[in-house]
Amino acid sequence: MAAELHQRTLSELAAGLEAGDFSSVELTEALLARVADHDGELNAFITVTAEQALAAARAADEARAAGNAGVLGGLPLVHKDIFCTRDVLTTCGSRMLENFVSPYNATVVDRLAGAGAVILGKTNMDEFAMGSSNETSYYGPVRNPWHLEYSPGGSSGGSAAAVAARLAPAATGTDTGGSIRQPAALTGTVGLKPTYGRVSRYGMIAFASSLDQAGVITRSSADAALLLGVMAGFDERDSTSIDHPVPDYTAALSESLDGLRIGVVKQHFDDGLDAATGAAVREALAVLEANGAKLVDVDLPNIDLSVPTYYVVAPAECSSNLSRFDGVRFGHRADNPEDLFDLYCRSRGEGFGAEVKRRIMTGTYALSAGYYDAYYLKAQQVRHLIADDFKSAFEKVDLIAGPTSPTPAFRLGDKVDDPITMYLNDIYTVGANLAGLPGVSTPCGFVDGLPVGLHLVGPHWGEEVLIRCAHNYEQLTDWHRACPEDFS
Amino acid sequence: MSWEVVIGLEIHTQLATQSKIFSGASTAYGAEPNTQACLVDLGYPGVLPVLNEDVVRMAAMFGLAVNASVAPRSVFARKNYFYPDLPKGYQISQYELPIVEHGELFITAADGNEKRIGITRAHLEEDAGKSTHEGLGSFSGIDLNRAGTPLLEIVSEPDLRSAKEAVAYMRKIHSIVRYLGISDGNMQEGSFRCDANVSMRPRGQQEFGTRTELKNLNSFRFVEKAINFEIERQIDVIEDGGEVVQETRLYDANKDETRPMRSKEEANDYRYFPDPDLLPVEIDAAYVEALRETLPELPDAKRHRFIDDYGIRADDADILTASRALGDFYEEVVAATAGEPQGVANFVVGDFMGALNKAGLGIEESPVSAAALAGLLDRIKDQTISGKIAKEVFEAMWSGEGSADEIIAAKGLKQITDSSAIEAIVDKVIEANPGQVAEYKAGKEKLIGYFVGQVMKETGGKANPGQVNQVLKQKLS
Repeated sequence: MAAELHQRTLSELAAGLEAGDFSSVELTEALLARVADHDGELNAFITVTAEQALAAARAADEARAAGNAGVLGGLPLVHKDIFCTRDVLTTCGSRMLENFVSPYNATVVDRLAGAGAVILGKTNMDEFAMGSSNETSYYGPVRNPWHLEYSPGGSSGGSAAAVAARLAPAATGTDTGGSIRQPAALTGTVGLKPTYGRVSRYGMIAFASSLDQAGVITRSSADAALLLGVMAGFDERDSTSIDHPVPDYTAALSESLDGLRIGVVKQHFDDGLDAATGAAVREALAVLEANGAKLVDVDLPNIDLSVPTYYVVAPAECSSNLSRFDGVRFGHRADNPEDLFDLYCRSRGEGFGAEVKRRIMTGTYALSAGYYDAYYLKAQQVRHLIADDFKSAFEKVDLIAGPTSPTPAFRLGDKVDDPITMYLNDIYTVGANLAGLPGVSTPCGFVDGLPVGLHLVGPHWGEEVLIRCAHNYEQLTDWHRACPEDFS
Repeated sequence: MSWEVVIGLEIHTQLATQSKIFSGASTAYGAEPNTQACLVDLGYPGVLPVLNEDVVRMAAMFGLAVNASVAPRSVFARKNYFYPDLPKGYQISQYELPIVEHGELFITAADGNEKRIGITRAHLEEDAGKSTHEGLGSFSGIDLNRAGTPLLEIVSEPDLRSAKEAVAYMRKIHSIVRYLGISDGNMQEGSFRCDANVSMRPRGQQEFGTRTELKNLNSFRFVEKAINFEIERQIDVIEDGGEVVQETRLYDANKDETRPMRSKEEANDYRYFPDPDLLPVEIDAAYVEALRETLPELPDAKRHRFIDDYGIRADDADILTASRALGDFYEEVVAATAGEPQGVANFVVGDFMGALNKAGLGIEESPVSAAALAGLLDRIKDQTISGKIAKEVFEAMWSGEGSADEIIAAKGLKQITDSSAIEAIVDKVIEANPGQVAEYKAGKEKLIGYFVGQVMKETGGKANPGQVNQVLKQKLS
């Protein structure tokens, strides 16, 4: 007997729709029913777009009947609530945008819809993508399907939880310092962050423009390859998107591990790494080595500076990016302002949460006259050094492998009052953002019943090598198929 | 003590693009508020700026026209501050690396010599929107039509030494941007505005005094008046033992004075940093060279050519080359008429431009074409009509009554050059004015004018004045 629809991966569902085993409407209804049943405990969704989803599913079924099915014809997805969706609430996890119905679609949203995808809803996230636990969301924390008292990670926590709990086969996410890969690791899903410039940022509400990149959270690397092929490509509305050919990412799935040179960075296995998590990652490396890959020690001498560098650059950019939320044209506006200054202060004071304020203040400080050189400029210089380290490493290896996150999922509430500890969640992931490199996290085991992620980083435009490696690993193990018991 | 003023100008000129600098919205002036602001101009969440290629071309052309270097790499930065007419909370503007640097131009100084004025830089930026306070009670209205309009900010060196020089410099920039076709230079619509930095120092001193920045100077006249007011004000402050405060002052044209803006607006730390949404602008040498080929003849070159080739007076050449269209018009007339170039210049600068100004028309809207005007000047040249009658014919042409020849024929304005006819009229006049004739003969020779007037009156102005003079003198001697 075939698996229940919600247990199937995106690629399996695509095959089923193509074979006529079920319709998109049936699939969409089944998943919407699951969302209705389970999201109460998970809080993965901020908005469920049932009506639009069913309409899109009907349209996809009709298109298929007419022989015009798109690449993703009738396949359900969810969008992180950072992507602007026309006529649908787009909150970015913030009270500031509690009432913001976007008048336009993000390019990512348009491209996926254009390929026939059906959008089930918008997922919860850390406010303005600032957080690593989903606890900064104005709409409450998302719970980890593997243990409801635990965080699913963040900031794309809602997307990760929805995919892990089989409420949706795939989700979009964004990754500024690890916001796709860390929640993927913590929920036992696959998270792919492409090369900076690979996917358009147009319509993706900016946190830190030079670091933000859209990607996907899925149940397999094959699914990630399928979606990336649709999302990727130059967009004339985003000057930082790059006009670089989009390959057929699914072609990489048929290549073996033979001859693949995998870099292992000693700094990635330092004292900050949880021992059991480290063991799971080493085990994964051993599997890759045993199946044709070659492990090579590489050094990233400046990688230890990546978290402090990131926490200057990202807040600096966010302090400016978030200035547009001023209560004047859209979003939250304070009641009865006394004057303009009061309107600004109270609208922003009420609309933003503590973590967002912390970063705006940190970033404003870093850009201020007299501090700019010591902080922002210095951080940009270190950023170049880090990028150069990666460049040198990729002269010797095809990709770099290590842990995605220093620990498995942590309890909700455990780190929320300790920002520095929280920021260290990004220690293995931020380097890729600072250097603009693609990265993927794929499940590689469990520690005390909580998933662990294997993190792969490639050179610029190295998505194919990441997909090839992760896919081979997934074929050799079954970690990515594990399903949280309560959501089977 | 003798004081010397030091002036530098910052001119904001709106570039004549169809769409805005970072969005596809129209830049047309005068639309209903907020009808020409798209999501990018409104600073909506998630939108991104995309640079309009045309502004790069226009800025580079300006750079070439003022002998500046066009930077191979320039960078847009964000200037951060909150204001309701600034939707994103920052203005995108070139800061550390502008597109144009180290330029120059020449003005005619008070002593008649050419004077070089350095141009420090010219950089691209977006304009803000507009706040309106009329008819809205205790509220302010925001019109974002102007938000995102491309501006080129042109910064001079502090090389200007009088309000007159400042105006001459500003006029020269105005003329250049219009020659290049990169700005309409319309000052009423705010397409060409100026801030002036003004300081005083004892004549002979090297270091600069403390400067004030004068804002809101949106006409040549206001620039001159505001600077002159400020010169007097600063001298008074210093001579009274005070110190000039470095501040921004607004010029109030109604009261003809400058006054300080609120200091709060001065205390901003703009937290400039490179805009991560935009890539650096890279321009290669081949692009610049290709662009150089497209440069039109510029005002200075044209002025020199007019003086050299047409032999016209320098002051006429100044006027005729102030705009490209006027220079072209003049040359068209010269080419089409047998009249002398100086004569053409006299008529164009005098009657023709007078009529345009009176009617408030641009040269493109003139009811009298260059060819038609040439037709009129031909008739002066071949003595069909006198210069005086030409004015009458021109007025009729302006009112659309036909060509010069048609009007001369229809109104019978052909000059009387038949000497027997002129002699007959002269005889008649002499006979009718015996008293004046006696006075004339007694030595009051300036009465000749009276007799000429009488002859002209008799002939309806059509007698050839030279001939009349000659015949009169002959008959009265």
